[in-house]
Amino acid sequence: MSTRLAKGGRLTDRSKQIGFTFNGKRFTGFAGDTLASALLANDQMLLGRSFKYHRPRGVVASGAEEPNALVGLGQGARFEPDQRATTTELFDGLVADSQNHWPSLEFDVGEVNAKLARFLPAGFYYKTFLWPRAFWKHLYEPVIRRSAGLGKAPHPEVRDIDRYEHFHAHVDLLIVGGGVAGLQAAKAAGAAGAQVLLIEQGAHWGGRAPVDGGTIDGMAAADWVARTVAELETMENVRLRLRCMGAGVYDHGYVLGYERVTDHKPGAHGPRHRLWRIRCKQIVAATGAIERPLSFAGNDVPGVMLASALRDYVVNYGVSAGDRTVVVTNNDDAYRTAIVLKKAGLAVPVILDARPLGGGALMEEARALGIRVEPGRGIAKVLGGKRVTGVATCLQAGEGSVLEEIPCDAVAMSGGWSPVVHLWSHCGGKLAWDAENAVFRPDPTRAPTGADGAPFLGTAGAASGAFHLSDTLADAEKAAVAAAEALGHAATAAPPQAEAASEAALLPVWLMPQGARAELRMKAFLDYQNDVKVSDVQLAAREGYESVEHTKRYTTLGMATDQGKLSNINGLAVLSDALGTPVPQVGTTTFRPPYTPISFGAIAGEARGEIFQPLRRTPMQDLHESNHAAWEPVGQWRRPYCYPHPGEAKRDAVNREINATRQSLGILDASTLGKILVKGPDAGRFLDMMYTNMMSTLPVGKCRYGLMCNENGFLMDDGVVVRLSEDSWLCHTTSGGADHVHAHMEDWLQCEWWDWKVFTANLTEQYAQIAVVGPNARNLLETLGGMDVSKEALPFMTWAEGALAGTPARVYRISFSGELSYEIAVPANRGRAFWGKLLEAGRAWDITPYGTEALHVMRAEKGFIMIGDESDGTVIPQDLGLSWAISKKKADFLGKRAQERTDMARDDRWQLVGLETLDGSVLPDGAYAIAPGRNANGQRNTQGRVTSTYYSPTLKKGIAMGLVRHGPDRMGEVLGFTAEEQDHTDDKPTLVEARIVSPVFYDPEGEKQNV
Amino acid sequence: MSDVMAPLDGARFDGLVTVEALPAQGQITLRCEVSDDYRAKLSGLLGLAFPEPRKAVSDGDRALLWMSPDELLLLLPYDEVPEMLARLEETFPNWILLAVDVSDARAHFRLSGAPLRDVLSKLVPADMAPGAFVPGDVKRSKLAQVAAGIWLRGPEEAQLFCFRSVADYAFRVLATAAEPGGEVGFHGT
Amino acid sequence: MLTLPCPCCGADAAEIELVPGGEAHLKREGPGASDEAVERYLFERENPKGVVLERWRHAYGCGKWFLAARDSVTMEVYGTYPAQTHEPPQEIRDRIARRHPDWAQGA
Repeated sequence: MSTRLAKGGRLTDRSKQIGFTFNGKRFTGFAGDTLASALLANDQMLLGRSFKYHRPRGVVASGAEEPNALVGLGQGARFEPDQRATTTELFDGLVADSQNHWPSLEFDVGEVNAKLARFLPAGFYYKTFLWPRAFWKHLYEPVIRRSAGLGKAPHPEVRDIDRYEHFHAHVDLLIVGGGVAGLQAAKAAGAAGAQVLLIEQGAHWGGRAPVDGGTIDGMAAADWVARTVAELETMENVRLRLRCMGAGVYDHGYVLGYERVTDHKPGAHGPRHRLWRIRCKQIVAATGAIERPLSFAGNDVPGVMLASALRDYVVNYGVSAGDRTVVVTNNDDAYRTAIVLKKAGLAVPVILDARPLGGGALMEEARALGIRVEPGRGIAKVLGGKRVTGVATCLQAGEGSVLEEIPCDAVAMSGGWSPVVHLWSHCGGKLAWDAENAVFRPDPTRAPTGADGAPFLGTAGAASGAFHLSDTLADAEKAAVAAAEALGHAATAAPPQAEAASEAALLPVWLMPQGARAELRMKAFLDYQNDVKVSDVQLAAREGYESVEHTKRYTTLGMATDQGKLSNINGLAVLSDALGTPVPQVGTTTFRPPYTPISFGAIAGEARGEIFQPLRRTPMQDLHESNHAAWEPVGQWRRPYCYPHPGEAKRDAVNREINATRQSLGILDASTLGKILVKGPDAGRFLDMMYTNMMSTLPVGKCRYGLMCNENGFLMDDGVVVRLSEDSWLCHTTSGGADHVHAHMEDWLQCEWWDWKVFTANLTEQYAQIAVVGPNARNLLETLGGMDVSKEALPFMTWAEGALAGTPARVYRISFSGELSYEIAVPANRGRAFWGKLLEAGRAWDITPYGTEALHVMRAEKGFIMIGDESDGTVIPQDLGLSWAISKKKADFLGKRAQERTDMARDDRWQLVGLETLDGSVLPDGAYAIAPGRNANGQRNTQGRVTSTYYSPTLKKGIAMGLVRHGPDRMGEVLGFTAEEQDHTDDKPTLVEARIVSPVFYDPEGEKQNV
Repeated sequence: MSDVMAPLDGARFDGLVTVEALPAQGQITLRCEVSDDYRAKLSGLLGLAFPEPRKAVSDGDRALLWMSPDELLLLLPYDEVPEMLARLEETFPNWILLAVDVSDARAHFRLSGAPLRDVLSKLVPADMAPGAFVPGDVKRSKLAQVAAGIWLRGPEEAQLFCFRSVADYAFRVLATAAEPGGEVGFHGT
Repeated sequence: MLTLPCPCCGADAAEIELVPGGEAHLKREGPGASDEAVERYLFERENPKGVVLERWRHAYGCGKWFLAARDSVTMEVYGTYPAQTHEPPQEIRDRIARRHPDWAQGA
């Protein structure tokens, strides 16, 4: 059984007990424990079920590479699935639950999949569930989804109650990894004068060295770590951060760091996670190495663990995974585990060393401790189901004939170590195959390069493939010096003196035994989380999957949440063997960020709830809020859609607002309209290029409606242009178009006509703008007083400046509703008060604020187009009957040449018309007018579509605008439009009949606006 | 004057730093091709030195902020804007110059407190480190998702400005970033 | 995530402070241009693997457009330069030539 040892555990504090719950059972651990170490201390070896076969699985590792020990952590608003027990720091009150089992962890019906394993080979889902197609949606997918999958997603209605944030940091040198290599690199680079940020994913400095032993500068590794950290903390140019993982490296030295700020103390003040957005000049990745499992039958039975993990649990936490541990290895390092276990008073019945001659100094040390060593041996299979009960040994060179059965309750395996090359690879660093160590390591001649074309990332220590302690430190020193020199600091390498046992060469072992029979290979797991076995990869190779990337997707090798940290090298070695292609030619799959999963909360940062995105507010926004406006999003603005009275439906409110405006007086907050000042001696010439109309000839004091096209000829924006003075114009744009139009103008001024003397300024937010509309509009302004707004003084399409009721104002006599109308611009800081003055003075005429829907209906009644409704980026002004607004006199304007292209000049383009249903109903928005026959794809032919459609309270019937082929020539013709509700199995569409009419439904002579 | 209401008039948040929405601020955008003559005349009119790129100069309640190679932002008391516009017109007759009142277009905030750089670094991609951002500097960058300018007025005080429509957003993100418990300790406090 | 030095204001701009504007040095074709020339101007883009000359606007900074010479494969930046020119300055062309001796603008 796994248990807490009587003593030991350098990271735990036995004076501080911590209570926690797993699957509803209360357990106790110590401060400093991880959830995994605390569970093992309580003999909870079984932690979950595998993805496909629901096989029992226990802890296999002690760090970020853990594939099995995933739990659902927390409850309710703090629940999070798929959390690694090995990297979860224990805290008081922690609640964890196992995943992927039903009905319980111990008895799982899905285990039947394991019995059927030989019927569930690689690509099983692809092969089996393809046919019949309809079964996928209704039968296969629901069943598979229920039985597969890892943790459950949090309930959709539960909101994460923690907060998250980002942090932008600019540093010269980022060092990722706080093991001895990272610490030494920080020390060296810091001493050379570089600004250094050192981040470590775990809660402790020093990495593996304190567990693995050896001395540095004559000190025990742990003492050297403590002294070096203390030294670094005194250096002003070095910053240290624990619990901060280097998640990804991107172009130009951009790095994402993932800091788990309060995961270990939930509910503490402050953000839970912080996403570091680091921009650095140089990076040293001191990310260490990960031990590889060995592929033998039953290597997934709970109790089979990485040798280093078993050692970590004893040394760091005082926890043993079992009383009797068989060690199986192809290298010397695993002997350290045997020695640690033996010295902790635990039994090591045998070390099975696959190498014919065994190892070196460490083997001798183990033998001296009385441990039996069997060279040339391996494991034929592990005995036991939910827990290891023993191993059957065999010759590594054979096919798996059992030599001996050895009882044990844990197996420590080591297949060698793989450098963590993820960060090196994220941004293009290439790998080289190191046959001696059987690893892919960074190829320093093909490093990731930055903006200056020079390498910006180097690896240090085990991440470079420098495994021996003295090599590790020397390599770290070298990396630090290279980085410091790249940053312009003089530095010379002076690595500390390190001593550790020398190690004999490893023997690459990709399958144990080498000639394992089929039934053994079917139980030899490569990817624990996704249940991929040696036999699956071999099958894929037989079926013709030669590319490692294809094999990965076909077998799902390395596609689980651990992204193949344990399985990838073993898997591709098996593939290489099956294909008869050397490992380096098979290559690796692509390493992609993040290194381990990061939370969605961290990615979102502060952007949630009220500040998910900016909501732009006009100066009168709070008045609309207190007037119970219903909202319509327009870009990032929220504009009042209408102002329903208590109990009033929105539709009724819109009709009331329109009637009140047409019959008496309405006001609209039009502050969102873009307002761009264009000034300079060449401003007229410039606007003649920007607009299809002639703007240079607009007299001072007048307004003109203008159209703006892009170079492709398509209608882009529209609005009223005002001539303010001899050399200045004010261009109104649509609400959503202000920033774009301003950028568009600056683009042409800066990049094409840079010698033209024109300046622009975006004044959109300088003014509150209010449309005062209706037959009593003039009466209201005259009541306010201060300006002559009479027909004579201020005729239609003119403007005047002055003060209304003491408020400085510019008044534009323009109309988007067809009524007598003024748009009044006042300084934004005075907008709120001015709106109040209008409401106050307008009471006599039952003044009614109206929203965007009333605005839309009224403009549609007049046949005015709306950018985004009648235009969609494929429509030219000529399609909309706006040829009158396209100057024939101008030699050039943006889009002019494009509008001469054959497709634009075609005579059968869809053109703007009005549409009236025969029964007075409202046409569905976007409905198509059906034409006889079908196109080449078998779809019905069309001859037009609805672009705007409303109920007109003025005309008491549905009105619409649309684009119809030859439309203006077909007045009076009746077309069939697709109805909202369609039965798609019916060959005949349900149609709504509508007649083509003029788009101007209301006051075609313009008598009302021109009074 | 009672009609005048600056965005978020008087709003204040006390956290890691204090965030205060400032009252109405007179602001004039000046766009002109920079020449020695322009520098001299403008300095003469304002009594302020012409700012270096990405810097501000200030004296009392007036400041001149460098915004782009051909754009300056003049800060002055709100009520003095019309007179100043008239004097600019007199000083630069027939010049190719754009001088326009933008007092109501932008909201200004004062941020003060020791962890100022840390709080800003949560929202601003530009480098807020003491070596890269010194008092007198103006940085134009992003504040979370909106454009913002930051004028560092002292070691622990900044004036931040953004378009008025997003003042509410800016205030909320600043308050969120300044929430106690979110200490980072990166730039040193 | 690119970082480009803005040649207009001198600030180092992060990619999120910039707005991309596509290929640089396009020659505008207006009225009177042939269909072929218009097609080239409006629709045909080089999009090479290697040296790209492109437009960027320092939208969240000084607001100015500038041009960048960059390698679309390695992300190396050969330089940024003002938009008011028809070709990269000699210094940048030299830097490109060191990596791509055969490169020619628009070729």
